[in-house]
Order: sequence, then C-alpha cells, then structure tokens
Amino acid sequence: MKIGVVVFPGSNCDHDCQYIFKDVLGQYVEMIWHKETLLAGLDAVVLPGGFSYGDYLRTGAIARFSPVMGAVKAFANKGGLVIGICNGFQILLEAGLLPGVMLRNTSLNFICKDVYVKVENAATRFTNQCESGQVLKIPIAHADGNYYTDPVTLGGIKANAQVIFRYCTADGKVTPDANPNGSLDNIAGIMNADGNVLGMMPHPERSAESILGNEDGRLIFLSMLSSFGKPELQSKLIGV
Amino acid sequence: MKAKIHVTLKQGILDPQGKAIEHALDSLGFKNAGNVRVGKYMEVDVNEADRAKADAQVKQMCEKLLANTVIEDYRYELG
Repeated sequence: MKIGVVVFPGSNCDHDCQYIFKDVLGQYVEMIWHKETLLAGLDAVVLPGGFSYGDYLRTGAIARFSPVMGAVKAFANKGGLVIGICNGFQILLEAGLLPGVMLRNTSLNFICKDVYVKVENAATRFTNQCESGQVLKIPIAHADGNYYTDPVTLGGIKANAQVIFRYCTADGKVTPDANPNGSLDNIAGIMNADGNVLGMMPHPERSAESILGNEDGRLIFLSMLSSFGKPELQSKLIGV
Repeated sequence: MKAKIHVTLKQGILDPQGKAIEHALDSLGFKNAGNVRVGKYMEVDVNEADRAKADAQVKQMCEKLLANTVIEDYRYELG
C-alpha cells in the first residue's frame, strides 16, 4: 500500500505516522509537503496530528487553505482513503470533508492521557479488524477536541452509522464521566457518508507497537491495509 | 478602508473560556457579572475605494475563513 503523510508547518505526528506505516507495517510511505498540489499514485492519505499554523484563528482553519488540501479533497471525492488524526481531524472538519466543528475542551485544559473508546461501527475500512463494541485504549493529546454539530447533522451521522468511536469506560460504558473533553454524545471519531474519510481525536500511531505497551491503535492501520485486500500481510505482521 | 471585525460564539454554544472568566470575576467580587462570552476582534485593511465592493469582500472573508458559521457569528464595521 502507498501511503502519503501530509506535512503542514506545525505538524508533529507526521514522523510517528510514517514510522508506523513504513517501519512497523512495512508499507511504502511518501511525505507530502503542504505546498504539493498532486497526490499521484497513492492509496491512502494521512493528515497527522500537531499544531498546523500554530492553531491560529481556529484549529485547522488555516491548514485547510494549504495548496495540498485541494488535492486531498479531490482524492477523497474520488473515493481515496483519508484518515485525519487529532489536528488532522480538525482540518478535515474545517475543510468540510467531515461535518461539525471542534470547541475548546470543557475543562479548558490540554489533555494528554490514555482514554478508552468504543468501536461503534466495525464494518468500515478503518475498523474492520475490530469487533463491534470492542473497547480500545488509545491516548489523546488535545485542547480542542470537544466535538460539536447541530442536532440535525448529529441525527444524520448517528442514523447513518458514521459515528465510529465514542469515549467510554474501560468496560465499554459510554458515560459522561468517560468523556474527557465535553464532546457531543461522547464522540471521538466520525466517518463521512461514503466511508472513505475518517477523523479521530485519539492517536492510534502512539499505541501501535508492543514496545510502547499498547497495540490497540494498530487495529486501525491494519483495517486500512485489509481494506485493500492484503490479509496475508496482516497475518504476517500480527505479533511482530 | 479598514474593516473592524468581531467574531463571537453563537448563543447556546458552550463557551468554557467565558465560564472560567465568569468564575474569576465572581471571585474578584463582581457578583453581578454574568453570561461572559469570549470572542475575537480583527482589523483588516481593504484596498478598495468602492464601499459596496469592500463590504462584499469582507463578508466573504468572514464566511470563508474568519468565522466558522457552524458555531460563530460575525459582525463588522467598515470605515
């Protein structure tokens, strides 16, 4: 699989994503500077975490106008697989590739800790290696992860099974106490209607290797690989 | 022409910063202060003599970038 990792000024998880796909999962990875306008020959695009453009104005608001985003939109509209993690999720929202916005965390704090998320829909190109309802432990690290959208849009994405991850307790209960940032309906990750664009606040690239003590995040990346029909690769890689 | 632009959260959208400031004001003894809302103020010089054209441009700036109209309102003065 050929993966493109977009690098904005201020991205800081770009090399983590490169490392996971290239060194841990053995895929071809291309780093794409935000000035690029073409995404030729790629199977998937990663918008990594970080603080693109210093989070000026609103998180993701300036990055959305980077030259590369025109190409990312075209790629997504053609059905290309796009995953936005943390700041990448915020950029996807500002770019209109996913519905809604991020507000400041209700605590006003930057929160950096492991959280639990429940897989609400395991029949997607990003979660097919998970069980429905499975609880994943993945870290978050953000100040603006308080997902908000209007009630009509919320009803739509829920009805359409586009809510992919919700913050929950270790045993999978979706409760207000398990919600770290005030996110509407405990939403931690959503997908577009076509199922090829995912945004999630937790960082799976920080929990995809046994040496880090947590491999839950790897399931997301394996699901993406699997959606390209490479099950043999996947079985080889599990247990690496 | 200079545009003075105010961007504020829509009514009904939770404003955690406003809430924190409200609590601080309360601690300071301003017991009658309430409903604090934090917004942004921006100034933009628009090199355009035609007022109607400048107005249309500033409106577009607000709609496309300066405000996220899902959660924010904007207003501006041109002078």
